[in-house]
Amino acid sequence: MRFKESTLPIVVLLVAIVIWIAISALKFFPESVFPSPMAVIHGFFEELRSGRMVDDIVASLFRVTTGFGLAVFTGIPVGLWLGNHARARSAFLPLINFFRSLSPLAWIPFAILWFGIGDLPTVFLIFMASFFPLVLATIAAVANIPSVYFRVARDYGFSSTEILTNVTLPAIAPQVITALRVTAGLAWLVVVAAEMIAGRAGLGFAIWDARNGLRMDLLVCGMIVIGVIGILLDRILFQLTKIPSVRWGYER
Amino acid sequence: MNDKPLVVEDVSLSFGSISVFQHLSLAIERGEFVAVVGPSGCGKTTLLNLFSQFLKPNAGRVVCSERLRMVYQTDSLFPWQTVSENIALGLRHLKEQAQRERQLNEMLRLIKLESFANHYPHQLSGGMRQRVELARALIGDSDILLLDEPFSSLDYLTRIRMRNELARMLVQLPRTVVLVTHDIEEAAQLADRIIVLSDRPAKICAEFEVDLPRPRELTHPAVVTTVHKILAELGFEHDTKHAISDFRSQISNVTQI
Repeated sequence: MRFKESTLPIVVLLVAIVIWIAISALKFFPESVFPSPMAVIHGFFEELRSGRMVDDIVASLFRVTTGFGLAVFTGIPVGLWLGNHARARSAFLPLINFFRSLSPLAWIPFAILWFGIGDLPTVFLIFMASFFPLVLATIAAVANIPSVYFRVARDYGFSSTEILTNVTLPAIAPQVITALRVTAGLAWLVVVAAEMIAGRAGLGFAIWDARNGLRMDLLVCGMIVIGVIGILLDRILFQLTKIPSVRWGYER
Repeated sequence: MNDKPLVVEDVSLSFGSISVFQHLSLAIERGEFVAVVGPSGCGKTTLLNLFSQFLKPNAGRVVCSERLRMVYQTDSLFPWQTVSENIALGLRHLKEQAQRERQLNEMLRLIKLESFANHYPHQLSGGMRQRVELARALIGDSDILLLDEPFSSLDYLTRIRMRNELARMLVQLPRTVVLVTHDIEEAAQLADRIIVLSDRPAKICAEFEVDLPRPRELTHPAVVTTVHKILAELGFEHDTKHAISDFRSQISNVTQI
């Protein structure tokens, strides 16, 4: 049997579901620790009807958008500045690398102590997870700009503002977009973990709540929603790579 | 107006302990096409950077009295801009939109890339990109064109084609040109005057003039003779006065057979 390339992922998905059905039908594990697909679908509609599912999705998306947005609007300028100032870069780079290597989850106790329970600690954790990688990626992108572009800009009389908007920013755009995709994925991973401990709503909290209530069907349901939204977020950011003036960064 | 828009007078320049030039003097005449050849690392590109005021000499004087544009050795087109946008950089000083548009279209026609106006550099071949680089430097009203090994990344045949292309463009848009190159054929085929630099600290060890209109054929006897003379000056061939005529007699022998 030959499948078209675009249908292959669907085939793989269907096979995975069939295996899942088979394992749960053969009762290798009790239903309470290995929910069947039917139970999960059932749980999904239950959560949807009660409105909890939508509330959780909105809560998690709000936190990720806020925390990630803050990291983008501060991290990229900081990266630009450090990228252009060698002394400041040498001064700050070790500290930034330190925080980048530190799992943001290590901040959870402090996040709760400082910000209590709710949106704020989660936004803080997402910010901590995305800010440092974005700064580093921006620094690297700035450092990679061929110096000849700045000479050309000088030759053709660019002002320093024009150099920023017409040379530096477009020159780093492809690499920064890639960094945005990676970091957004990271933020989405962190939100689930953060909400498990510091949340009172959100998809992470829903997972934790399902585990406490021994509702493994709802837990799987939460996992699926988290995974699907993660893919969708990446697909949305992937659209940025289709802008004609950044294509060069991916095609050569 | 003076007749020597580019002058280097008794210039010395060193980077740290490396002395690049010591008391170098050179003047380029208006409308002249000068090629600078020499061993790699001898300071050819540095000379262009002095002309363009990018570098200041430690001693001596550099005069550049006219508007100057440079084509760099590395790909210097902005990859995020289309062919049109890149070329239009050379028209930034013009206020009128209509005038800019007219000149841009003329230039696109001249380099035969009208149908690629909205393409990005990475969608073009190496030769096309180089034509756009030349167009960006030639458009608008500059007077001097500095070329830093502009064709060195191209394959042999494309390089020959680009030389003809450059010669053709210069007929339409005359400029004073300084070409730095390691390609001796290129120098002999294009330049009115060829300056051979020595190793560091570089001094002018020879000058050759080629009095022949452009475009020239690569195998024109005057071009071939000049190539030979330059190679001899650099120590790669023996400077026997008869080398070329010997070669000619051999060729005629072959045709007789």
